[in-house]
Amino acid sequence: MTEVKEREVAIVPPKDHTPVVRSLDPSDFPTPTSRDEEFRFTPMSRLHNLHQGNVTATGSMALAVNKVAGSSFEIAGAKSTDRIGFTDKIAAGAWSQLEAVSTLTIEANQNLSESVVVSIVGSGDVAFGQLDINVEKFASAVVIVDHIGAATYAGNIDINVADGGAVTVVSLQDWDASAVHLAQHRITLGKDASVKHVSVTLGGDVVRILPSVHYAAPGGQAELIGLYFAGAGQHTEHRLFVDHSEANCRSNVVYKGALDGEDAHTVWVGDVLIRANAIGTDTYEINRNLVLSGGGRADSVPNLEIETGEIVGAGHASTTGRFDDEQLFYLQSRGINEEEARKLVLRGFFEDLLGQIAVPEINDRVRDSIEARLGGRI
Amino acid sequence: MSVLVIKGLTVEVTTEDGPKEILRGVDLTVKAGEIHALMGPNGSGKSTLAYAIAGHPKYTITGGQVSLDGQDVLEMSVDERARAGLFLAMQYPVEVPGVSISNFLRTSITAIRGEAPNLRHWIKELKESMAGLQIDPQFAERNVNEGFSGGERKRTEILQMELINPKIAVLDETDSGLDVDALRVVSEGINRVCAKGETGVLLITHFTRILKYVKPDFVHVFYDGRIVREGGPELADDIEANGYAQYVTA
Ligand SMILES: Nc1ncnc2c1ncn2[C@@H]1O[C@H](COP(=O)(O)OP(=O)(O)OP(=O)(O)O)[C@@H](O)[C@H]1O
Ligand SMILES: [Mg+2]
Repeated sequence: MTEVKEREVAIVPPKDHTPVVRSLDPSDFPTPTSRDEEFRFTPMSRLHNLHQGNVTATGSMALAVNKVAGSSFEIAGAKSTDRIGFTDKIAAGAWSQLEAVSTLTIEANQNLSESVVVSIVGSGDVAFGQLDINVEKFASAVVIVDHIGAATYAGNIDINVADGGAVTVVSLQDWDASAVHLAQHRITLGKDASVKHVSVTLGGDVVRILPSVHYAAPGGQAELIGLYFAGAGQHTEHRLFVDHSEANCRSNVVYKGALDGEDAHTVWVGDVLIRANAIGTDTYEINRNLVLSGGGRADSVPNLEIETGEIVGAGHASTTGRFDDEQLFYLQSRGINEEEARKLVLRGFFEDLLGQIAVPEINDRVRDSIEARLGGRI
Repeated sequence: MSVLVIKGLTVEVTTEDGPKEILRGVDLTVKAGEIHALMGPNGSGKSTLAYAIAGHPKYTITGGQVSLDGQDVLEMSVDERARAGLFLAMQYPVEVPGVSISNFLRTSITAIRGEAPNLRHWIKELKESMAGLQIDPQFAERNVNEGFSGGERKRTEILQMELINPKIAVLDETDSGLDVDALRVVSEGINRVCAKGETGVLLITHFTRILKYVKPDFVHVFYDGRIVREGGPELADDIEANGYAQYVTA
């Protein structure tokens, strides 16, 4: 019933991992096609041309944030070019089109008592966004970025955690069925800084999120968690890159996804690179998929590249299971109807992950949204 | 008093070479309070009968009737049958990853009783039943049948039977794979349910071992897709001593 892939991990000689192009200017990039490795699973024809890097906005997203002591929010700040270049045309295109940058700052030494909720609401437009989340030294916070409504949206998030800072960022993609959402989430960790990055993707026609972690100093810790649910015809893609370039850093990746309905397609690619100088690295990544019904397809590609043997640990795993007719029959034979049976299995599948996310205020929301979407009712 | 009536039931399965008839006209009546043993050689169609009663989609009913208290069972979906009072303890209980026993049982009981049980009563009820069947309380948090040994699965089937308290229970080789102590514990569980007099039992078995504990009122010999002989408990001893060959020409 379950197919498990565990690949051998071998130490490889160091090579140059500098991206071919790093730029804020979309014209510096060739237009991506499905022949490119990074886009080989992506339905290019459904991106509303965002990959051309020159689509203009027809409107904007409505942004709102709650006031939490110890934090500040600048909704439309200046677009300084003092920013590290993006690695693809979509992200650079978004940057070139947008007019202002929104910045959430968690002030130094502040330990926020409640979650900051940034809501990003679309009303059917083509829109672009750049959200910076700056966690200053020794600050800690939980930030929820809540994407809802409908939009064709390329919106990047840069998360900078200064020395000793700790942040949980939950990005909820709870879109209406028509939404197209493409985003890079770039995380930079200072000395002994930690991040728990959570991507929850439930709705939208195409959602493609690229979280990446860059360690700027030793001692950083990254936990990357993902939960996704793709209904009939939906394409949900997460591509992660964890770049262990510093000593004694840790990363742990857990992504779980469920597919329900015909032509549901999910993609998870987890690239982890342990560079030659990143001694003492400890990393593990796992992706689990559950096909609940229909002919959905879950692509899962763990990728671990190790250039030094002086590490604490490195591993990866990937499984895809199917809720089969025998399991359904068993549950039904105990009086549970088909819809309830799927809910039961789905709830069980995600329960431990919600526990790991440990942001109680999103639990019911996520559970309810998934159950409403189950069986293709949204 | 509940009664399950099976009349002239014929069932086929789809195989690579087309449909294959497995049941060739089964007649059987099981009433609440009665224990019927069904014995027959491997491949004679006993599990097919059990699955057909429960409504497994793999089996196609080509003729005959099944009714429970006058209601047409064959018209019902699998879960409707369970809610109507039919229970099947499976020969090979299925693993359901991710779903804990406690969650599963609560959902099942809620569906069958039509309302969620009072939580405090429910926990007590579950604990008592588990203790009665000598199931470690920690099993409540394990996933349904995942990694359970054969015997553990069978105990868990009877746990479900006891909690559900069905009108008619079909137990498909519940005794196979049980050690001597487990056989006694499981038999006692079956007898506890029977003692209430509300449940009729169809016990499919290969061995008279279990019939020392669970005393059948009737024994049916199953051969080549139909019942070829009926009698009392003495029939079971006869089978054990002389095998099925004597019924081949029957
Ligand atoms: N899909 C199928 N294709 C071909 N034959 C099948 C199929 N399903 C069931 N059968 C056959 O139906 C017959 C009856 O099987 P069943 O499982 O009902 O037997 P049983 O009496 O329960 O046997 P056992 O005592 O071994 O449990 C067997 O010969 C089996 O091979
Ligand atoms: Mg059988």
